[in-house]
Amino acid sequence: MSTDKVITAEQLTKRFGDFTAVDAISFDVYKGEIFGFLGANGAGKTTAMRMLSGLSMPTSGKASVAGFDVYKENEKIKQNIGYMSQKFSLYEDLTVKENIRFYAGIYGKSDQFIKEKTALVLEQLHLTAEGNKLVKSLPLGWKQKLAFSVAIFHEPQIVFLDEPTGGVDPVTRREFWNMIYLAAEAGITVFVTTHYMDEAEYCNRVSIMVDGRIDALDTPEQLKRTYGVTSMDDVFLKLARKAVRSAD
Amino acid sequence: MFILLGMPVVQIIIFGFALTNEVKNSKIAILDPSKDAATTSLIAQMEASRYFEVDQVIHSAEEIEPIFKKGKIKLAVIFPANFNEDLQHFNKAQVQLIADASDPNVANTLTNYATAVIMDYQNRITSDRKLPYTINTEMRMLYNPELKGAYNFVPGVMAMVLLLVCTMMTAITIVREKEMGTMEIMLVSPMKPFRIVIAKAVPYLLLSSVNIASILLLSVFVLDVPINGSLVLLVFESLLFTLVSLALGLLISSKAESQQTAMFISLVALFLPTVMLSGFMFPVENMPLPLRTVSNIVPAKWYYSIVKSVMIKGIGLHAVWKETLILMGMLVFFLGLAIKNFKIRLA
Repeated sequence: MSTDKVITAEQLTKRFGDFTAVDAISFDVYKGEIFGFLGANGAGKTTAMRMLSGLSMPTSGKASVAGFDVYKENEKIKQNIGYMSQKFSLYEDLTVKENIRFYAGIYGKSDQFIKEKTALVLEQLHLTAEGNKLVKSLPLGWKQKLAFSVAIFHEPQIVFLDEPTGGVDPVTRREFWNMIYLAAEAGITVFVTTHYMDEAEYCNRVSIMVDGRIDALDTPEQLKRTYGVTSMDDVFLKLARKAVRSAD
Repeated sequence: MFILLGMPVVQIIIFGFALTNEVKNSKIAILDPSKDAATTSLIAQMEASRYFEVDQVIHSAEEIEPIFKKGKIKLAVIFPANFNEDLQHFNKAQVQLIADASDPNVANTLTNYATAVIMDYQNRITSDRKLPYTINTEMRMLYNPELKGAYNFVPGVMAMVLLLVCTMMTAITIVREKEMGTMEIMLVSPMKPFRIVIAKAVPYLLLSSVNIASILLLSVFVLDVPINGSLVLLVFESLLFTLVSLALGLLISSKAESQQTAMFISLVALFLPTVMLSGFMFPVENMPLPLRTVSNIVPAKWYYSIVKSVMIKGIGLHAVWKETLILMGMLVFFLGLAIKNFKIRLA
């Protein structure tokens, strides 16, 4: 794994009125890494991710994504990231191909590029036969994989995945993680939030957020050793028990 | 809660007080070259009734047309040069009533009231002097001689359809994207929010243009409602109103989080006021001051009055520039507010 930092955050903070959603977090993410961002509901994961992806303006602190400052250069950041939300966010009334064309189009990709890559992606997904079917006719697991392919279609440096495996069965989750590995191998940095602890084991490094702060950040093996437990589940429980903020 | 408890109260107040078809204190003009005892006392009686309010006294028949075009006057009462003399010598006299029939209901009611006042006077002098006096009233319905209802509802329907298509549909489609999460994806993409907004609005602008065309074609060829004024002006004003509606739709979509909310806001905040306060169903002039004030912020009120002026009365921009400016002001205001609210960074 390389030591090029693609995301850096220093004392990054977001306050909504009196409420500090994200409390001075600092971390680095390296190129090609799968970086797990864990935390209970309401711990501040999504808010942190939104600040990094340019959807939300930080209250204070510093951060850069793909070498660009989140305050001033968020337009440049946008060119270099992909984003997949927990809703999968595809147009149900459009076909698989139309969805791909639309999302690639908003990133300004050429028709030629879109055409060639669509064929490739559909083949990888084993969806070639379904290319002209409406997205709403696909099973949830396929939609999820399609949404991920769409998020990295424009070949971003970093892809942000916000709880990408919600509501999907274990087999499909496994397949989905294979796709994530492939993407990481291709050099795309993966920043993923999740609350499935077995998924945390798949990450290169994991940070655990409690009450808006990052309480632990290390490889899954090192974390288990530090806390003297055998699974990430137990690591998480040890940390999360300290939380005073209740999930909303 | 507010809806459950507040709605009945609001509705009772609005329907009970404001929405009457009764016409009160309508502004009228008087042409009285005769200025004799009879006309003076007739005018006094008209003014004494709560239906009329003499707004201006004109001095020649040429002035009639222009004051109607200004739209302030609903009825003109025209006496002949020697009203009292005719009455005394021939026991017979003529009064002409000219009503602005671009709103046929109001015109009808007003001429009936006026005729009643005149008949009342006639009966009184008849019984006083034991002579069979007759005052003939001759009525003229300006702009809409046949008192067709279509003259009234075509402009109203145009306002309603445009508002419905543009505001509600724009609001709902944008909120739908929010609900599905696709809006979020577009916001993290390099697309400029301005372009997203334009892309969302253009289809409805086109749809509305088709709607304007079909309503106009139907009203001209099926309902026989003429377009007396300039078609270009009418289309221009309609597009202006469409843009105002689109801006309102964008504004709603930037506030509403679910399609139901968007729909509800569109209906309650726009559709009902449009039906009730634009003057299309119930004359705004007769509403209590608070409601009249509220009606001023209903864009449809201004558009409705423009369409009536241009289409039915056939007058040009010089008479509707004020309404046009108000609509433009609203457009700038709502659009500015919507764009400000439609933040690229959602929090």
